[in-house]
Amino acid sequence: MIAAITDWVKSPAGQFTLFTAVKIFAAFSIMMTMVAYVVLVERRVCAFIQDRIGPNRVGPFGLLQPAADGIKSFLKEEFTPAHVRKIYFILAPAIALMPAILNLAVIPFGSQIGHQPMVLANLNVGILYTFGMVSLGVYSIVLAGYAANSKYPFLGGIRSSAQMISYEISMGLSVIPIFMLVGSLNLNDVIGYQAQGLFSWLVFKQPLAFAIFLGAAFAETNRTPFDLPEAEQELAGGYNIEYSSIKFALFFMGEYANMILASAMMVTLFFGGWTLPWFGLDQPAATLTGGVAHIAIFLAKVFMFLLAFIWVRWMWPRFRYDQLMDLGWRRFLPLALANIVVTAVILWMRS
Amino acid sequence: MIVKRKPLNFWERLYLPAILDGFRVTVRHFFKRKVTMQYPEEKWAVPPDYRGAPYLVRDQEGNTKCVSCQLCEFVCPPKAIRIIPPGPAGQLADRPNAEKMPAEFEINMLRCIFCGFCQEVCPEEAIFLLKDYSLTGTSREEMIYNKEKLLELGGTHGGIEKWKHKLAEAKEQENFPVKV
Repeated sequence: MIAAITDWVKSPAGQFTLFTAVKIFAAFSIMMTMVAYVVLVERRVCAFIQDRIGPNRVGPFGLLQPAADGIKSFLKEEFTPAHVRKIYFILAPAIALMPAILNLAVIPFGSQIGHQPMVLANLNVGILYTFGMVSLGVYSIVLAGYAANSKYPFLGGIRSSAQMISYEISMGLSVIPIFMLVGSLNLNDVIGYQAQGLFSWLVFKQPLAFAIFLGAAFAETNRTPFDLPEAEQELAGGYNIEYSSIKFALFFMGEYANMILASAMMVTLFFGGWTLPWFGLDQPAATLTGGVAHIAIFLAKVFMFLLAFIWVRWMWPRFRYDQLMDLGWRRFLPLALANIVVTAVILWMRS
Repeated sequence: MIVKRKPLNFWERLYLPAILDGFRVTVRHFFKRKVTMQYPEEKWAVPPDYRGAPYLVRDQEGNTKCVSCQLCEFVCPPKAIRIIPPGPAGQLADRPNAEKMPAEFEINMLRCIFCGFCQEVCPEEAIFLLKDYSLTGTSREEMIYNKEKLLELGGTHGGIEKWKHKLAEAKEQENFPVKV
């Protein structure tokens, strides 16, 4: 029995399973820690922008605040209103966190450590998988709005589903020129394409695609200036107002997990992923230090984007609903289409 | 009245100047001095005429000023004050010019509304609203302050010494030459 297990561990299948399990565990814990700490960063940054200090009491510099928040949200009364549609009501928060976590599977968060590639699943249809999962995100909000069975969450859900579906189209179309340039849907190939110096980064080759993707990412993650689904002033909170305790926290975590994933996608697609064009950091790492450095570079880039997400929220007002739809359908969509055509023409002329 | 909106010019329609403006404002505030006061450690300076919790005060000689007239008890809107007078055979006042002092004087700080009527009505200037604004306790009983506690918290009041002036006036009148 024990011999069989050791054999299996030494076999390629066993090695693959074990290393993938370790990677999943590590990536998942890092992601959840990031979710917790992005909330803290958001609170501190918004406080600083508003001339306040922010949470600084729990632990040194308030660093244990996420733990306190977590304990609080678990210990609060979990109240299910009598009028809700029970199954959907429970299902919606469960779905909220899922797309972001599933998307983590295809993000290359480093080159390699030893001979292990730092990506959970090196899919050759990476981006299609990503968009498939992203479109699942709308279900949690629609279900939450529908399950609450009262009008304000319902309005929030309706608004949100319209918004997310609209921007998903622009988002999907905006990345097509990238794959026309790269010639592959695999995210590792996208990073490989960007490893030829700073100006091979796709943000410089496809600035319009990046601009559209950035705007659509803000809309998809329900962040300001597109945070209509949770507009406190108009909708008394939006789709999540009937939720309490950990169910509410799950929506909250879902928002931040989506933010992290959107940032990771932007880093991968437009900012060279784990590469840096200097010090030979653009090639897969040969040493352990190099592998860790690549992960650190990736996380640093993601953090820059998260900071941008947070900063924008405390800087700009919210779009009006008609402006939102106008931007999505009449600006982003034609621009994304034009971008595809122009890229195609240029590629055709070059060949 | 209809206010005509001016059509936005090219730069305004791009929103870029507005974005940069917003960024400038937020960055400026990010590095600005923060206004938060770390409350339990830092406290604001309470102005001298602040109406905080009512406490009993002693005069400059350390005597109890309250003469147990019960006017404050009577005037107190939420009935937070309870005074037990000494009674006919009770303790005498610890200062001249006073017949009695309260056997017990209690203020229920949970009921007190900090209106200042007691201070206003007191003929002896024995009760003042001082600068305590944050009264805490772990039980209701703890929040009923008795005479000793009120006197201790009130301290000495360095204000008008009513009876000293009265005494001086009386002495002046004794020596006053009577004119016919």
